Amino acid sequence: MSVSPAEQQEGTDDVEEIEAFRQRARDFIRANLRPLAPEEMRRGAYSVLSEEEELAGIARERQIQRMLFDAGLAGICWPRAYGGQGLTPAHQKVFNEEIVGYEYPRRIQIPNLSPCAIVILEFGTEAQKQRHIPAILRGEELWMQFLSEPSGGSDVAGALTTAVRDGEQWVLNGSKVWTTGAWWSDWGLCLVRTNWDVPKHRGLSVFMLPIHQKGVEVHRIEMLNGSREFCQEFMTDVIVPDTDRIGEVDDGWTVGTRWMFYERMLYDSPYVTWPAGIVHSTSDAASVRAIASAQGRMGDSSVRELVGEARMLELVGTELSKRVGETVRTKRMSDQVAALGRLYKGTMQARMATLAFEVAGAEGAAWSDGSAASQSATMFLMRQAGSIGGGTTEMARNVVSERVLSMPRERTLDKDVPFRDVPRSRPADA
Amino acid sequence: MLLGLSEDQEFFRETTERFLTERVPPDAVRALRDDPTGYDPAYWRQGAELGWTSLLVGERHGGGTISGAGLVDLSLVAYEFGRHAAPGPLVAANVVAGALSASDAAPEVLAGLLSGDQIATWCAPAVGGDGWEPTVEARRDGSGFTLHGQAGPVESAAQAGHLLVTCRDGEGVTQFLVPTSSEGVSVAPLHTVDLSRRFGAVGFDGAVVSADAAVGTPGEASADVDRQLQVALVLLCAESVGAMQAGFDMTLEWTFDRYSFGRPLASYQALKHRFADMLTWLEASHAIADAACLAAHYGSGDAAELASAAKAYIGQYGTELLQDCVQMHGGIGVTFEHDLHLYLRRFTVDRASAGTPADHRQRIATLLEEREGVAA
Repeated sequence: MSVSPAEQQEGTDDVEEIEAFRQRARDFIRANLRPLAPEEMRRGAYSVLSEEEELAGIARERQIQRMLFDAGLAGICWPRAYGGQGLTPAHQKVFNEEIVGYEYPRRIQIPNLSPCAIVILEFGTEAQKQRHIPAILRGEELWMQFLSEPSGGSDVAGALTTAVRDGEQWVLNGSKVWTTGAWWSDWGLCLVRTNWDVPKHRGLSVFMLPIHQKGVEVHRIEMLNGSREFCQEFMTDVIVPDTDRIGEVDDGWTVGTRWMFYERMLYDSPYVTWPAGIVHSTSDAASVRAIASAQGRMGDSSVRELVGEARMLELVGTELSKRVGETVRTKRMSDQVAALGRLYKGTMQARMATLAFEVAGAEGAAWSDGSAASQSATMFLMRQAGSIGGGTTEMARNVVSERVLSMPRERTLDKDVPFRDVPRSRPADA
Repeated sequence: MLLGLSEDQEFFRETTERFLTERVPPDAVRALRDDPTGYDPAYWRQGAELGWTSLLVGERHGGGTISGAGLVDLSLVAYEFGRHAAPGPLVAANVVAGALSASDAAPEVLAGLLSGDQIATWCAPAVGGDGWEPTVEARRDGSGFTLHGQAGPVESAAQAGHLLVTCRDGEGVTQFLVPTSSEGVSVAPLHTVDLSRRFGAVGFDGAVVSADAAVGTPGEASADVDRQLQVALVLLCAESVGAMQAGFDMTLEWTFDRYSFGRPLASYQALKHRFADMLTWLEASHAIADAACLAAHYGSGDAAELASAAKAYIGQYGTELLQDCVQMHGGIGVTFEHDLHLYLRRFTVDRASAGTPADHRQRIATLLEEREGVAA
């Protein structure tokens, strides 16, 4: 049975006063963390780093996470029973404000803390929570989502990866894809099919498995910008004990629905750290502005408009995010309204990349070393990435129209038939 | 509109909503098309009794707020004005009332605004990408001034007993409160698409004003004008969001009721996805309008930037939203008998007032440069 994270919070009698918390966070950050250069602040999931840089980055972030844990600053909104601080979203917000401009464990936030750890918190048994959540908050365990499959991206419940029961354990076979950083992570939260004879949503289960084990082969995918952070995993006869199952057998979609909710909620989640006001993309208003200046085009009123538009989109995004968070907290609309934030971010990032590219002028075609516009063309090629990763904006539009506005659901042809009889894509040529 | 209103604010909003629903339903708004004033003076007086003109006025002048944040309270009225495409010079009257109260000027005119017996309006400076600039010049003439130039569009200019005129005064800026009937002041009516708003071009051809007609310190009114412009911007934005909400709500309902090919429009994914985008724009518009309003109320450092971001975003995306509403209605959406155009009209006039989206995008760039201390 699931217990929502909010219900697992302890009483609020002895909550640390907000400004005292701010001071404590500020003191820790200034004493222990390195200030970032502006270009480092904008580094996101699509940055291209060498393998050594990437591994050094992970190691440092694990170390910072441990330091935060020891200082009583890790898992701010997480229950104390599992190593968190038992504080409020307001405390997390203060921390988000104070961390701006300093290094922080970026890779440890998403999808590690949310959705992965938060799903364990909501659906895990007491033993599972005790085993994993404190270790995650200490930076010892890094989790990734084994969710999408090569056979389908948006249709997550159409998973083909299969687990077959063998006494007290399960045998997994199949493949997962778009797992960020699986090659340096520890555990995967894995949605698999456990029953092919019932309709698709009723035959799924969720398992936890160590990534680096016999039978799991991790293959890195090169993206068009040269990044090799996305991975595909091939699982062959992987053994998972039944005690590592999350939720009931064949009831994995109950878990999956919440999992996907947390995925759409990321930008507005109190369970992760987002430095306040930082846009996680190499294209943001400051970079559009910097490119315009470097090109000497700030005197051009058409360019000034584009610079103003970039800043406008950023300011509106920040305010929308606050409003969505407030809406979910006050239950003014369905909590699926989180998809609005996801939709805004995806479309805004695409527009932002376009603005940077426009402002770059001819340096969008060719540039020299050290150009302020050096990333603009590549980011323009990658501009749809923010509308694809984390669930496509098309899926977000379905969620908004159907679950927020209650418009009729799309007809599907896989609803009441056994999953094994559902038509599937032609397999790729081997 | 702001989330988490207090009970008093919610009661205040509902009172105005109920009053507008009863007094100015769509047919009443339509009927004002040929009315020279654009509103019934009795209706305006009753609105003033509900508090429509007193929220930016200090208590010692007979005003007062609901929540302590008068501009936020007033934005609730502006939002309902948008939702009902309501008649009456709400923005103009409040800008002037707030300015008179802040400068302790013209108590009898202020009292008339508070009771709703009088209208006063603002001859505002022109707003462009580089900021604002007065279009009326005040020339010193003995102990007084003469005014020269033209202001407009000025809302309810022909209905107003007094004009608050923002003037270029040598190197400085001075504002005067001038009776509309003064010699050398003329009002030429303008055309507009809003059914109940009236605008005029106000000409100043050597109108004589005495120094004590100044509102605020002569030559030093720049900050007052900044403030008035912010008030106007956040109220226009709140009203625009109200108009967007009304258009969105009626169009969503329409897609459930209207059937084509044996199924409701609401079941078509092509339309559902557009509604998802529209709701995103609508909620984003609510969010930025509220942020701009709060920042303007508290006078925070980012108030000008947020006001411009709100005006630019809402003007751009609200247009897409309302025109998409028209598109989803089909032919009926561009007929006079349908209600949708009432909100589209109000929104459209607001979009073009106090700076276009393009002006405010440029304005944001200017503010970014100012903050960085870089010469433009």
